Amino acid sequence: MALWKPDPTFYASPRDAVSAPPEKLAYVAAFDRAAEKPDAIAVLDVDPGSASYGDVVGWTDLPYLGDELHHFGWNACSSALCPYAPHPHVERRYLIVPGLRSSRVYVIDTKDKPTAPEIIKVLEPDELAKRAGYSRPHTVHCGPEGLYLTALGGANGEDGPGGIALLDHTSFDVLGRWEVDRGPQYFAYDAWWHIAHDVLITSEWGTPSMIEDGVVGELLLGRKYGHSLHFWDLRKRRHVQEVDLGDEHQMVLELRPAHDPTKQYGFAGVVVSVEDLSASVWLWHRDGDRWAATKVITIPAEPADASRLPEVIAPFGAVPPLVTDIDLSVDDQWLYVSCWGTGELKRYDVSDPFHPVEAGSVRIGGIVGRTPHPAAPDLPLAGGPQMVEVSRDGKRVYVTNSLYGSWDDQFYPDGVGAWMAKLDSTADGFALDERFFPHGDAFRGRRPHQTRLQGGDASSDSYCYP
Amino acid sequence: MKDGSLAALVAMGAFHGLNPAMGWLFAVARGLQERSRALVLQSLPAIAAGHAASVGAVAVLVALTRSVVATQAVAIGGGIVLVGFGLWRLLSRRHFRWVGMRISLWQLAAWSFLMSSAHGAGLMLLPVLTSSGTVPAGHHHGFASASGNAVSAAIFVTGVHTLAMLAVAGIIAVAVYEIVGLAILRRAWFNLDRVWAAALITAGAVTLVAAL
Repeated sequence: MALWKPDPTFYASPRDAVSAPPEKLAYVAAFDRAAEKPDAIAVLDVDPGSASYGDVVGWTDLPYLGDELHHFGWNACSSALCPYAPHPHVERRYLIVPGLRSSRVYVIDTKDKPTAPEIIKVLEPDELAKRAGYSRPHTVHCGPEGLYLTALGGANGEDGPGGIALLDHTSFDVLGRWEVDRGPQYFAYDAWWHIAHDVLITSEWGTPSMIEDGVVGELLLGRKYGHSLHFWDLRKRRHVQEVDLGDEHQMVLELRPAHDPTKQYGFAGVVVSVEDLSASVWLWHRDGDRWAATKVITIPAEPADASRLPEVIAPFGAVPPLVTDIDLSVDDQWLYVSCWGTGELKRYDVSDPFHPVEAGSVRIGGIVGRTPHPAAPDLPLAGGPQMVEVSRDGKRVYVTNSLYGSWDDQFYPDGVGAWMAKLDSTADGFALDERFFPHGDAFRGRRPHQTRLQGGDASSDSYCYP
Repeated sequence: MKDGSLAALVAMGAFHGLNPAMGWLFAVARGLQERSRALVLQSLPAIAAGHAASVGAVAVLVALTRSVVATQAVAIGGGIVLVGFGLWRLLSRRHFRWVGMRISLWQLAAWSFLMSSAHGAGLMLLPVLTSSGTVPAGHHHGFASASGNAVSAAIFVTGVHTLAMLAVAGIIAVAVYEIVGLAILRRAWFNLDRVWAAALITAGAVTLVAAL
C-alpha cells in the first residue's frame, strides 16, 4: 500500500541521513555450510536500552536447504526520492535475499512482524536463468529503474559471463538482463553507482567454477581471478571503460562510492596481491574525461610460522590480510577495512580520499592471532572481521566473521565458528562494545554473513541531492 | 471562455506545478548538483515546454475532434476515458521509469513531456476543453479574430495552463533551492499521485455530467 508521506527512512541527502535515528534491529544472513538445516535470517536486538541487547531475538528459516545466503538488500531506499522517477511513497519493508549457491531469491517482509519476518515470494533459479541468463545472485541495490541484482555466473550450462539482472520494484519479477553492451566484461561481483552522474561501476571476483569449491591455487597464482573495475553508462546500459588494476591484484570485491552525489570517486577493496600477499584499497576517480584508479592503502602480509598456517597458505610463511569487505560512512569521512586473514578491522580517515590516514585498529580472530572478544577473553576466535556495516549516523559498526562456506573451510580448517561484534566509532575512539557479542550457539549452527540495519545503513542507500 | 473555466485552468496549472514529480524537483536537483541557481532557472522553461507539448497535444486533439464530431460525443467519450485512466492511476502501483540525471535541456523537455503524458496532465483539462466554445476577446486580441477557431482555443488553454504551472513550479523551486532545503520533502511531500488520480476521475465525472 502506498503511503501518504514519503517513507520516513528515505532521506534526500547524505547530510540528512546522518541525522537518522539509531537502528533498533539488525538483520543478519546466516547459512548452514553442511546444507542440512535451512539457512535463515537472524534478527538481532541492537538497541542498547533493551534487556535483550546483543541477543538474537528473531529467526526466519528458509523453506529449502543449501541456499548459502550471502548479501542482501532492501526493496526501496532513498533513491526513491530521485527527481527523474520519484516514487517516495513506497515502503522500505522487504528484504531481497539471494541464495548465492542455489540461485534462489527470497523476498522477505519485515513490516508486520519485524522480529519474525515472513517470506512472501520465492524466485526460482530458472526464472533468473530464463529471463536474465544469470545464476549465483549476489548484491542487491534499490535503483531508479528497479532492483539491480548482480550475479556471478551465467546460466543454462554457461559459467559466465556474470552480470546484472533487473528486478521489478513492486512485483519483484525478473525483468531481464541489464546490460545492453557489456564490452570486455566477463567476471562479476559487486555493482554500485554514482547515481547523479549516470555512472555504474562493477567489480570482479570469478565465475562459479572458480570459487564454489574454494579458492583454486593454480588460478590464483596464474592471476586468473578478476583484477579490473568496469565503468558503465547507467542510462544507456553500455560499458564505457575497463580500468585494470594489474593482474597481480587478484579479486576486486566491494565497491563503496562516495555518498555525496556531486562527487565522482569511490573505494574498491582488493583481496590479495600474488606478489607479496598484501591487500589493497583503491580509489577510483576521474582523470579528465576518463576513469582512473589509484592504490591508496596497502596492507602487508604478516610473517608466521608455516606450522600454524592452513595448507592453502602454508608454503608462503605469512598470513595475507585478505581484505574481503570495506565500508564507507554516510558522511564519506571514515572507511572501514576488514582484514579477514589477520583478524583486524582498520579504520581510515578518508576526508582526503587520495591520502587515507589510519585512525584506529581493532584485532579480533585471525588465522594466527585468534584474538578473543573482550566479552569472552578466554575464548579464542576463528574467522575475522568480514562483512562490515556502518550505521547511518556513523557511530556504530557491525562485523560478522564468515566469508564464504568453502573458503572459510580452507582458511580456518578447524572451524570458522560464528560470531558478530559491534564497535563504537567516534572521532576520538574506535573500540569493541563489550556488551555486544552474539556468538556460537546464538546462531544455531549457522555462519553469519551480511548485516542489514533496520531503516537502512551505509551501504544500502544512494542519494540524488547533495 | 467563462471566467470559471479560466480559473479552473489556472488552478490546474498551479496543481501541476506544485507536484514535485512534474519537474520543479528535477530543476532543484540539477541546480544543487552544480551549485547553480542559474541552472534551476534554466531548467524550468524546458520543463514547462515539455508540459505544454503534452497538454497541448491533448487540447488540439480534442479541439480537432470537436470540429468534426458533436461536442456531446467528445465529452462523453473523453469523460469515460478520463475516469478509466484515473482509476488506473489510483489502483496501479507502477511508477514512471526514467534513468538519468545528466541530461540536456532538450532531453529535460522530453522527460517533462513523457512525465506529464504518463500522468495524464492534458486529460485533466478535459472539462475545460469540452465546455469552452470560444476564446474571450478581451483577453487575447491576437486570438479574437479566431474566436471560432478551435485550434487557437486549444493553444490558448495550453498557454494559460502552462504559465500557471511554470509560475508555481518556479516559485517552489527557487524557494526550496534558496531557503527551505530539501528536508521539507520528508514532511511535505504528500502522495499527490492519489490526489492526482482523484482529480482525473473528478474531471471525467464533471465532463460526463456536463455533457448529459
